[in-house]
Amino acid sequence: MELDFSVLLRYYPLLLRGLMWTGILCACTIPLSLVAGVLLAVASISRIRLVRSITEMFLWIFRGTPLLLQLFLIYYGLPYIGIYLSPVVSGVIGLGIHYSVYNADVMRTGIVAIEIGQHEASRSLGLSRIQTLRKIIVPQALRNVAPALTNNLIALMKESSLVSIITVQELTLSTQIAVADTFRPFEFYFAAGVIYYAVNFFLEQSLRRVEMKTALSR
Amino acid sequence: MVRIVNVHKRFGANEVLKGINLEVPRGKIQVIIGPSGSGKSTLLRAINNLETVDDGEIWIENVQVNLPLKGQKFEKHINKIRQDMGMVFQHFNLFPHMTVMENITMAPMLLKKIPRKHAEDRAHRLLEKVDLIDKVTFYPAQLSGGQKQRVAIARALAMEPKVMLFDEVTSALDPELVGEVNKVMKKLAEEHMTMLIVTHEMRFAAEVADHVIFMADGVIVEQGPPSTLFQAPAEERTKRFLSEVFK
Repeated sequence: MELDFSVLLRYYPLLLRGLMWTGILCACTIPLSLVAGVLLAVASISRIRLVRSITEMFLWIFRGTPLLLQLFLIYYGLPYIGIYLSPVVSGVIGLGIHYSVYNADVMRTGIVAIEIGQHEASRSLGLSRIQTLRKIIVPQALRNVAPALTNNLIALMKESSLVSIITVQELTLSTQIAVADTFRPFEFYFAAGVIYYAVNFFLEQSLRRVEMKTALSR
Repeated sequence: MVRIVNVHKRFGANEVLKGINLEVPRGKIQVIIGPSGSGKSTLLRAINNLETVDDGEIWIENVQVNLPLKGQKFEKHINKIRQDMGMVFQHFNLFPHMTVMENITMAPMLLKKIPRKHAEDRAHRLLEKVDLIDKVTFYPAQLSGGQKQRVAIARALAMEPKVMLFDEVTSALDPELVGEVNKVMKKLAEEHMTMLIVTHEMRFAAEVADHVIFMADGVIVEQGPPSTLFQAPAEERTKRFLSEVFK
């Protein structure tokens, strides 16, 4: 059988729809994983031992189990205890939690790396511990670990393909549908690969631009 | 203004402050000198509770700094009282993610709810005073050590503190930059800012101090006006220290 890329022309609305859902997933999950990541990082270095232990346990569980399993548990498992979530919501929660755990690890190293003098200068002006974290420590930590966070977010974008198995019709599932229709796996998977790469390129460029902008203020 | 009564501080078995009594009257400049390890920085940091003390009392005006409060109550108390004390550090500790302007206006806007416009006007006046009016939009990374330290002084002054604490503020500077920072401190002295200064700069101490305190091994060995302490020290320990530094 010869390759025939013209089938892509007939199926591009399906792929575009898939791309749109991949975009929506990322647009929800990236901010969620960043905000939750910062909160988990701060909680993991809390002065209150109980908060610290619970956070540690949480991080440990989600870091130690596969994302695929977590998605299954959320989408197929939770209904058995009376929690029904749509595929997209399950996907956002699963991806979001999983990557907030990774982001929390990165953020924590960023936070503890800020020198003690920054805390002292801030506290000596009269800022509380929370105000110091919010205004002085976390903004600096974010700038310093931006490259590592960028890597996490790119991984997140690619791994969003996993939610296809809980029936979210994002780019990967759309591609599978097209393949099943046409029996042209090479053309469609290749095309999907190109699209993922393009999105990735765009995402990386935007994030690096943010990094560059903050270079002076580090 | 600042009153320290019988303050003790231990790090493990090592007692670094062995019963310090000290008073800084309003509008006066007191300078603490002494060999490293004498406890002078610890004492200064204890005044705004960056170090906690084991015993004794620290007062600013008629409020006790080290009140025996617990948890959030103490947090509230100390955050309030720290607004009345400006602290300048050896290593500047400017906030690198903020411009010079933001470094100065952040705390007054956040803590005293001063409108931006008002806070920026005040920052401009302070930057004029420390001779850095052309650096408003700069980030700390773009400044020299001496410039950073002058911004740090402006940042502390922006809270309109009742007393300024200087912790070896010229020790990390290149020699040729020491003068510009000392000049700013002299300017403050002329305006009768209440100041407590820990320094290794004996000439500067002699010039600006109303009162010099010599500390060694966690105690105040000797104190008095600079003319007496530098020209005619009474204690053997003081003589030994001064002959070392003026050698």
